Amino acid sequence: MNEFRLSDLWIIAPFLAVVLTSMAVLILEGIRRNNATASYATSITGLVTALGLTAATYGSADSGFRDMVSQGAFATYFSGLFIVVGLLTIVVSRGYLRRQRWQHGEYYALILSAVSGMILMASGTDLIVIFLGIELMSLAFYVLAGFFRTKASSNESALKYFLLGAFATGFLLYGVALLYGVTGSTNLAVISSKAGSLGGDPLFLLGVGMIVIALGFKVAAVPFHMWAPDVYEGAPTAVTGFMATAGKAAAFAAFGSVFLKGLAFTGTDVNLLLAILAALSMVVGNITAVVQNNIKRMLAYSSVAHAGYILAGVAAGNADGQTGMMFYVGAYAFMTLGAFTIVGMLEGVDGQGLTYGDYTGLSGRHPAAAFLMAVFMFSLAGIPPLAGFFGKYYVFLAAVEAGMTWLAVIGVLTSLVSVYYYLRLVVEMYFREPATGPDSHPAPGSMAIAALSAYAVVQLGIYPSILLNLINGRI
Amino acid sequence: MVNIEVVLFVVLAVLFVGSGIMVITRRSPVLAVLYLILNFFALAGLYLTLQAQFIAVIQIIVYAGAIMVLFLFVIMLLNLKDEEKLIEKITARKVLAVGLSAAVMFEILYIIWISTPGIERDVAKAEELGRVEAIGKALFSDFLFPFEVTSVVLIVAIVGAVILAKKKLD
Repeated sequence: MNEFRLSDLWIIAPFLAVVLTSMAVLILEGIRRNNATASYATSITGLVTALGLTAATYGSADSGFRDMVSQGAFATYFSGLFIVVGLLTIVVSRGYLRRQRWQHGEYYALILSAVSGMILMASGTDLIVIFLGIELMSLAFYVLAGFFRTKASSNESALKYFLLGAFATGFLLYGVALLYGVTGSTNLAVISSKAGSLGGDPLFLLGVGMIVIALGFKVAAVPFHMWAPDVYEGAPTAVTGFMATAGKAAAFAAFGSVFLKGLAFTGTDVNLLLAILAALSMVVGNITAVVQNNIKRMLAYSSVAHAGYILAGVAAGNADGQTGMMFYVGAYAFMTLGAFTIVGMLEGVDGQGLTYGDYTGLSGRHPAAAFLMAVFMFSLAGIPPLAGFFGKYYVFLAAVEAGMTWLAVIGVLTSLVSVYYYLRLVVEMYFREPATGPDSHPAPGSMAIAALSAYAVVQLGIYPSILLNLINGRI
Repeated sequence: MVNIEVVLFVVLAVLFVGSGIMVITRRSPVLAVLYLILNFFALAGLYLTLQAQFIAVIQIIVYAGAIMVLFLFVIMLLNLKDEEKLIEKITARKVLAVGLSAAVMFEILYIIWISTPGIERDVAKAEELGRVEAIGKALFSDFLFPFEVTSVVLIVAIVGAVILAKKKLD
């Protein structure tokens, strides 16, 4: 029996740093009200520290707290991604909250709590820890979605997300309980060691199916995507960007822990099930996005479609699928966060300025924003040499290797559909008469983050090996 | 000879299902909540027959005690009227939904009853696991980390509730 070791704390160091910062921000808010600057600075410092700790743990592989959490390239990569996206979101939110006249320091504490939950989702090796991570993240998201509490749309968003999310949690717990009942453990390593002999056990498959439903809800895969458009539209734009990038990445980290690292299902019905979900998400997401007129809703359906592409990597179930999934999630985080940053920058106080029409002639009014938005749209459409292209390339390659050529074909065909609605925005911005749109406020923070994201998108498109080396632990 | 366990199970199960039906058919919300409390007690009894003393006690203290008192308070504070009768149309979508749900239910029942080989019962082990002592030991050794993380989850829930519900934020 290994008792508690002090070195266990080192394994969860990034998590601890983020949680402690979150508590510090809350205490700070209690002492000095209306001093959002202090909370902001504390959050940034805490996240940078956590990023440093994550980098310091890179390359070590160990597990602690009786095999509850582990370190390793997988956990480190995802933790680093969540912390970076959290940092960018906090910088963007500062200006966004000021423009929307809704500055409260608790916002930062909630973002930090969500990040800490995500870290658990990526580093947990036990279904209970992954479940707690999902809950920690989701609870923060429910509140953040309803953060503009005087706005009806924000309330609607929070309530819908909460009710459906609670339902999904029920599925997750039921699935975990069934797996525990069959295998006698909630530890992923133990469950996967028994998966071979229990592979055909109906109760085992029922448990796995329930977990697929719950995680499918969190990544907004069809047919569990109904909540995404309404929640994404109603939530504060900075929060939407955070949910759509880090939140989705975290759900895919949980997918990866359960279906790629832990349970090897390659070539079984479970992978076929995942492939069907992926195909449905690509088709429904892309086709529905075509008819949207609100940019946030368009991006929401686009995120459903991208969940489908990333799921193709999970469904492939091979090593390339895992690498492709991890690369795609990273690339997707930067392009979508950038797009939502621009949307949040151009949004008016009453939530106007969100339709295609409001972007007409943007290149004349705000050339820099229009250019950056165009980069993100091209990348989302998967046009080389941007990051989005390589993400798609790797997951489709993995699908073909796994003998799912049909899935890759559907992916390529639906990507063609997606070009229409992404480029429609570019056409609107560049090739239409400059209309008098809503005034854009100067937002240096948002512009800087958008530029940084665009740089990452281009850099990852030209040298994808930077991220690939990080994923495979080769630095 | 009738087994006392079977008698207990039948009595509790009838009470459980019966009170559950009463909950959803009562027009007055207060009555519905009172039946829900009865429902929780019956469930606690069922837990006891499964040797899960700890969960049975928690069921009564947390659900039948704390949560239902909150329910009653909220209902009385809101001064709800009797629920109005809803006229619902039967649409093709609803028929499809009911059909699909029934199909899933039968699939699950089939899995549990027919295609799963008998699950072995180990009363001694269940008795040992159901004790408070065993749960406490597990919580503070194997499950120490999840146990501590739960506190963070609760704090976030409290902070969230305050942010969303406090009258004035400044």
